[in-house]
Amino acid sequence: MHRLYRLIDEDPRFHALQRSRSRFAWSLVALVLTGYYSFVSVIAFAPALFARALYEGTTISIGLLAALAVLLLSIGLTGLYIVRANRVFDRLNRTIVDDARSRFEHR
Amino acid sequence: MKILRASSLLLLATPLAALAQAAAAPPKLNVIAISMFLVFVAVSLGITVWAAFRTKNTSDFLAAGGRISGFQNGLAITGDWCSSAALMGIAALIYTTGFDGLIYSVVPFGAWPLMMFLMADRLRNLGKYTIADIVSLRFDRVQIRTLVAVSSLVFVIGYLIVQLVGAGTLISNLFGLPYATAEMIIGVLIVLYVAFGGMIATTYVQLVKAVLLLSGASFITFAVLARFNWSPDALYAAAASIHPSKEAVMQPGGLLPDPISAISCGIMLLFGGAAMPHVLMRFFTVPNAREARKSVFYAASFIGYFYLLTFVIGYGAIAFVMKDPRFLDANGAIIGGPNMAAIHLSEAMGGDYFLGYIAAVAFATIVAVVAGLTIAGASAISHDLYANVFRHGKATDREVVKVSRIAAVVIGVIGIVLGIAFKDQNIAYMIVIPFTVSSSVFFPLLFLSMYWRGLTTTGAVVGGSVALVMGIVLLVLGPTMWKEILGHAEAIFPYKYPALFTITTSFLTMIIVSKLDTSDRAKREIAEFDDQFVRSQTGLGAEEAAQH
Repeated sequence: MHRLYRLIDEDPRFHALQRSRSRFAWSLVALVLTGYYSFVSVIAFAPALFARALYEGTTISIGLLAALAVLLLSIGLTGLYIVRANRVFDRLNRTIVDDARSRFEHR
Repeated sequence: MKILRASSLLLLATPLAALAQAAAAPPKLNVIAISMFLVFVAVSLGITVWAAFRTKNTSDFLAAGGRISGFQNGLAITGDWCSSAALMGIAALIYTTGFDGLIYSVVPFGAWPLMMFLMADRLRNLGKYTIADIVSLRFDRVQIRTLVAVSSLVFVIGYLIVQLVGAGTLISNLFGLPYATAEMIIGVLIVLYVAFGGMIATTYVQLVKAVLLLSGASFITFAVLARFNWSPDALYAAAASIHPSKEAVMQPGGLLPDPISAISCGIMLLFGGAAMPHVLMRFFTVPNAREARKSVFYAASFIGYFYLLTFVIGYGAIAFVMKDPRFLDANGAIIGGPNMAAIHLSEAMGGDYFLGYIAAVAFATIVAVVAGLTIAGASAISHDLYANVFRHGKATDREVVKVSRIAAVVIGVIGIVLGIAFKDQNIAYMIVIPFTVSSSVFFPLLFLSMYWRGLTTTGAVVGGSVALVMGIVLLVLGPTMWKEILGHAEAIFPYKYPALFTITTSFLTMIIVSKLDTSDRAKREIAEFDDQFVRSQTGLGAEEAAQH
């Protein structure tokens, strides 16, 4: 293993960061996939559910609203990820790398 | 010979077609469209000249020197993603089937959050010019790059044919140009952009086109809503009263025949969309992972916004085109086919000038998307096959750029020849080829190499090759090819979308073969995962890669 990489790998903060980041990313993946699989499953198995009108007297169907919701959910979660990644993960990441660099140079 | 005969027939047919068009629409319309397109051509060639002066080495040529900002790249990715099919194809699907057309805007969009959460940072931190860079970090360079490059070329050529055949038909409809002429114009333009201006020119052309497309689609949307006093309810009520299937136009129908097809198509669009080489290679044009994330966010916002607009444009076409005699032929069918729904709608909303604008944007869209595909194919040939497989990493910068330029010309020529050869074929089904390849070869490969320590070269290459061959075989034996095109009575493989089966096979084969691989090379590759992991998380080592 490259020495600088090993220094980072030995840093417990690196593993803590990596764990919290991956927990966050995978929860978002689960949310998105749940949204999409439910959307496609309703179309595949229970299309009548999407066929109903949203409320009495409108042509807008539940399906149209669901399609809109899935799109907005995707954009929203993508935004949520970038906010957390840029504000929290990037800063921690920089600290860890800078520390490892200075230890690397002092050896 | 056949091509020659076809084009001379076409020349004979042109005056007749022109007469027919003159009867349906005022002749000055073509002049407006052509002059607007010429403005775009002038601007894009200006960009190409400027880019050519800034293109000095391989990094400039294949990754725009890593100097594109997140915002610019987000727009360029939007351009790559939104082909003319996104505007005209989705509008056409909604125009004919209603709600089912929306499935094609909503489901592929799921690729964006997935790319953001699982791939954007890691790809930027690991890659250099092509997606093969990522997987070849700890695997055998020659084997893995050969697989990825060959699959990329299948992807690029399949996608190119769809674009070019659609383009030829569209442009002969819109501009009154003969099919072959339209193909030639596209061919010459993309070769100029890519061979001289490389990734810098391709990026800026794509960016300009994305802005034009988003503004045009916004204008149509707001014009449609304005006619209904900004009430979506009134728009959908009007569409439902005009469309032959009435209220069912708002409901899921029979576009996806059975649950397996629906799910197979869904995961093909989702995973295939998240692993397209011409989109992913844009991640390498930004300086770092932070900008890569920003580009995904901007791209997702712009593309999501565009898909929202299709909710209005598709139903607007039903409301304003389906009953308007200007857009219908003697039998009451839409002139030029459903693909023209969005174009006719733009005429209904903004008159001849706006029609000209949208026609020019449609042409520009095709040219820009084809250019993006061409540079992806050129990089697979020059960086993966030539520099790394044949020259074992010993090729000079100048040689790689030269091979990239030649490859761009060759891909351009192949595209045009195939575009002319496939004229009048129903090629819409061919879009399944690139999506099957990206979802069954690239997605499992990228995902497992970044997330699973245990993947080995043998597992990756065997799994990827099996998936590639299986995908093509199942497509040939499936209903579209075997039954409708080759004319057999029954399809051997019953589903139109093999992705569900090929993706599963691909993942399983990669995992099982890797587990069975106990060679020393496999042990070394597994041990190298830790280095790759630190790099993928921190970006350390990626700066050096980008400066190359």
